[in-house]
Amino acid sequence: MGKGERPEHMAPPDIFYNEDEARKYTTNSRMISIQSTLTERALELLALPQDGLPRLLLDLGCGSGLSGEALSEAGQVWVGLDISAAMLDVAHEREVEGDLVLSDLGHGLPLRPGSFDGAISISAVQWLCNADRAGHDPRKRMKRFFETLYMSLRRGARAVLQIYPENHKQAEMLVAAAMKVGFSGGLVVDYPHSTRAKKYFLVLMVGTSIAVPTAKGLDGSEPEDEEEAAEHVQMAGRDRKKRRRTGGKGDGKGRDWVLKKKEQMRKKGYDIAPDSKYTGRKRKRIV
Amino acid sequence: MLSCHIKNVRNGYPFLIEVVKVSEHEADFDPDFLKHIFPRINWPAFLQGAVSLGCREGLPEEANESMLEDEGFLKRFHHALLEVFLEEGSLVCPETGRKFPVSKGIPNMLLNEDEC
Repeated sequence: MGKGERPEHMAPPDIFYNEDEARKYTTNSRMISIQSTLTERALELLALPQDGLPRLLLDLGCGSGLSGEALSEAGQVWVGLDISAAMLDVAHEREVEGDLVLSDLGHGLPLRPGSFDGAISISAVQWLCNADRAGHDPRKRMKRFFETLYMSLRRGARAVLQIYPENHKQAEMLVAAAMKVGFSGGLVVDYPHSTRAKKYFLVLMVGTSIAVPTAKGLDGSEPEDEEEAAEHVQMAGRDRKKRRRTGGKGDGKGRDWVLKKKEQMRKKGYDIAPDSKYTGRKRKRIV
Repeated sequence: MLSCHIKNVRNGYPFLIEVVKVSEHEADFDPDFLKHIFPRINWPAFLQGAVSLGCREGLPEEANESMLEDEGFLKRFHHALLEVFLEEGSLVCPETGRKFPVSKGIPNMLLNEDEC
């Protein structure tokens, strides 16, 4: 993913998620399915006791309430926070069950201490790494966010924050900021060997130090479900380049490309199979 | 929503509620959740909120765990907690007098940079 393609680079979240962007979240079934898959995985990592009792959860960056709907389906009660009024309006129109609050995570959470059984966040926290206005200091914003999050959770509660860090450093910065305020836990990376299905979950625990849950797909396997493999929630710009490339021919890179690559690898000293009439040949379509 | 103020605090708690419009929606009655949430509710603050929303009716001055066995109490508690919403109005911080406007049931808790 090149720079400038990330929505984080385009505009601050309260401006980026305008009415147009917000509407996508009600009409695009792909987005909806990605959001709910991510939420289900986050709930799994949250490891709430399986006693059927509804818990009070936080949804940070709830947006139009897609993740919240998945929470409601799982029988949980939730309160959602988001900075984008347009997204919350959509959530309001959709009549989601949770309660909505317009607030900036970087200002800290306006919540009573010790009142929540857990928190989830889908693709939101990486926004904190940006300084969108003069006077924004990402470190301070992160600190305030994690401090107040820590306070608002009960002892033994977990927070599962799914993030799209821009690079390794950013992920580390978020983990470090969380550890500093007293959380235990760490980063869980699902499908770390796959570029498409790779998912970062920041699993934070209050007051307990149980081992961090294991990630999926550590053995290099790919998710079986096509939907699960979908890389990013499609937002403006994120996939534009890809679309252009596949728009043209759309049938792979061709024999010349394969031959060139093989030659390159041979020069590097790798063991490469000799070229033959099968090299770079199209696969037969199996019906 | 969610009886408005009970979850909100920032240099001052509880919020005073200025009401412009109140709405009611039916919510599923779930005694287990009510029992679970009860210990976390600051009863005097909850009452104060209920009074300003005009749904104080039938709620006792003081409440304790034993009352949770009473079906009637649970019903009233449920109604005030989950079925009455502040549609339009504002939340007022009791300490600083700062107003947080509520529109369409969504409180606006955004701060200015110098306030945080």
